[in-house]
Amino acid sequence: MAEIVLNKLVKNYGRTRAVHGIDLSIAHQEFVVLVGPSGCGKSTTLRMIAGLEEISDGTVSIGGAVVNELPPRKRNISMVFQNYALYPHMNVRENLGFGLKIAGQPAADIAQRVDEAAEILGLTELLERTPAELSGGQRQRVAMGRAIVRKPAAFLFDEPLSNLDAKLRGQMRAEIKKLHQSVRTTVVYVTHDQIEAMTLADRIVVMRAGRIEQVGTPMEVYNHPTSAFVATFIGSPPMNMLPGTISGGAVRLADGSALPVPERAADNAREGQEVLLGIRPDDISPVGHGLSQDGPGAELTLTVAIAEPLGMESLIFTRIAGQEVQAKLYGPRMVLPGEELVFRLALDRAHLFDAASGASLEAR
Amino acid sequence: MARYSPKRLFRNRMNLVPFLLLLPAFMVLALVVVFPLGFSLYTSFTPYRLIRPNTLHVWIGLRNYTDLMGNGDFWAAFGRTVLFLTIALNVEFLAGLGIALLISRITWGQRTLRTIMMFPMMFSPILVGYQFKFVFNDNIGILNNALQALHLSDGAIAWLVDRNLAMFSIIFAEVWMSTSVFAILLLAGLLSMPRDPVEAARVDGCNPWQVFRHITLPYIMPFAYIAMTIRSLDVARAYDIVHVMTGGGPAGRTELLWTLIARTGYNNAKMGMANAMAYISILLSIAFTYFFFRKLIAARKFMRGAD
Ligand SMILES: Nc1ncnc2c1ncn2[C@@H]1O[C@H](COP(=O)(O)OP(=O)(O)OP(=O)(O)O)[C@@H](O)[C@H]1O
Ligand SMILES: [Mg+2]
Repeated sequence: MAEIVLNKLVKNYGRTRAVHGIDLSIAHQEFVVLVGPSGCGKSTTLRMIAGLEEISDGTVSIGGAVVNELPPRKRNISMVFQNYALYPHMNVRENLGFGLKIAGQPAADIAQRVDEAAEILGLTELLERTPAELSGGQRQRVAMGRAIVRKPAAFLFDEPLSNLDAKLRGQMRAEIKKLHQSVRTTVVYVTHDQIEAMTLADRIVVMRAGRIEQVGTPMEVYNHPTSAFVATFIGSPPMNMLPGTISGGAVRLADGSALPVPERAADNAREGQEVLLGIRPDDISPVGHGLSQDGPGAELTLTVAIAEPLGMESLIFTRIAGQEVQAKLYGPRMVLPGEELVFRLALDRAHLFDAASGASLEAR
Repeated sequence: MARYSPKRLFRNRMNLVPFLLLLPAFMVLALVVVFPLGFSLYTSFTPYRLIRPNTLHVWIGLRNYTDLMGNGDFWAAFGRTVLFLTIALNVEFLAGLGIALLISRITWGQRTLRTIMMFPMMFSPILVGYQFKFVFNDNIGILNNALQALHLSDGAIAWLVDRNLAMFSIIFAEVWMSTSVFAILLLAGLLSMPRDPVEAARVDGCNPWQVFRHITLPYIMPFAYIAMTIRSLDVARAYDIVHVMTGGGPAGRTELLWTLIARTGYNNAKMGMANAMAYISILLSIAFTYFFFRKLIAARKFMRGAD
């Protein structure tokens, strides 16, 4: 059993605080992804779990025992680093077997487990090569193999795919997912790529400036963001934010036009409150070219600024009440800049946030 | 007339120009390197004595070399040089490694210490020799003085007279002067070392000693081999310190190849024999250098994958 519990975890670098007291429970065999913008403290948190970074305050427990004072080697974890961190002077076989050798395993066992891991990751042909003779993707696989041969209680990944090109990244993402399904182990995975977070995670932890912003399953985080920050961070292209004021049960936008308050926020919106109306590009579409055609909506005539055709869909840049927004057009239809189209806003799926705090006004 | 067409002339000149431009360099090289080398090689096949110039024209073939094969003094000096080299290089490596590891750990004043560390290299070996000659002097030496004042020894220790102690003293001076070569190069290695493999090893189960043994040491060995290559050339021609401190004495007990060669060539004026000795010694130098160079190449092969 290897549940990982972070309790009021704090990291100070000198006088600056990088991590501000994080509380998080990660269940046995759960795949948790820490996601957030650069510098928000994801790596620092992960490295404190690994024991590579001293803990300033709070505790880390692995499998029920506080491990604050244990060196990394006694925590029974494996880590995959962003730069692979292979041992340059050892060949792939030695890289994979190094941890087992240090643990004093008999040579026959090491050979067998290395072969097994190499088989799983398709490294069998490469066992005699040195890291210098491998491509980026192959090095990444070796780094992962090195992590799995030891059969640790938990895997820690720090942006393992960020040095790969887009295609390889997609491939490796699928492999990591497969790997987790076959080698069921607790995983803490750090990334700033929200697609990786959405596709891999059992639960996503969105971090911002050393704090946890929201924890939830990918669908919870996507459909019910608790703050404007999470709403714009998760989902691509990001959610559009229209600033406005609540007035007479409607959101009055900058140009004086009004849109109805989304139903899910109706109870919490106060008259006169400054708000952000959040609506995803998928929910703004030209009439007849959207995902949802029924439910409450609003129709607006907008001028297309730029259209990016992607094949079966196009991304459209336009403006609502002076605010630049992105919209989606579904279907193979050519759109030209300057064209005027009637867009339908699926307001049943829109979100409302307090403009000052960024907190969601959704009733819970 | 066609022979002197401008085009033809130009082409001819084009062919000559590179050689003309290189000629001065070739001439200097020939004068400074090739000629003396050839001349000394030639003299090693003659019984050439400085005081009898016409011996230069007597060809005796390999006589000098065959004589050397049975020359006990020469081989004793040869063996002593190998021993001297081995001990000095190993001690310098270990001491340099220790210093580099310590300095790589400190965060404050590292630059100042790095500079201070280089001080010994700034002195002429002759001065270092004199300095240690007086440190180790049995009557007035500061070392004996200190030992006696601290009651660690009651009599004067004959540092530069006793067979083993004299060798020790010379090696000590050599090590004092040159450990920083190792320290600087190894420190450069340590500072350029990526942090990731070390952290990966710690997670992989290594204790600090294992991290050093399996990760750090292999990474900095190429730097050590560079230092060893440089130093093996240096030490193999060690002359000044030995000459100043003991002059190869007492009774030839600290005689190294180059002090023996100098004595043979200049004091005994047997220049032909001295040159034969020198050629054999150069083989030793080349052997050491080649050995370390091979190690360096082998160790460097994997360094490209260190990122
Ligand atoms: N050794 C250090 N000394 C001082 N400050 C540090 C140190 N390491 C990290 N920080 C600071 O701590 C904060 C969190 O850094 P961290 O590396 O955890 O970010 P991250 O979320 O992993 O970002 P990225 O996505 O860029 O990797 C940053 O503001 C960073 O500047
Ligand atoms: Mg990071």
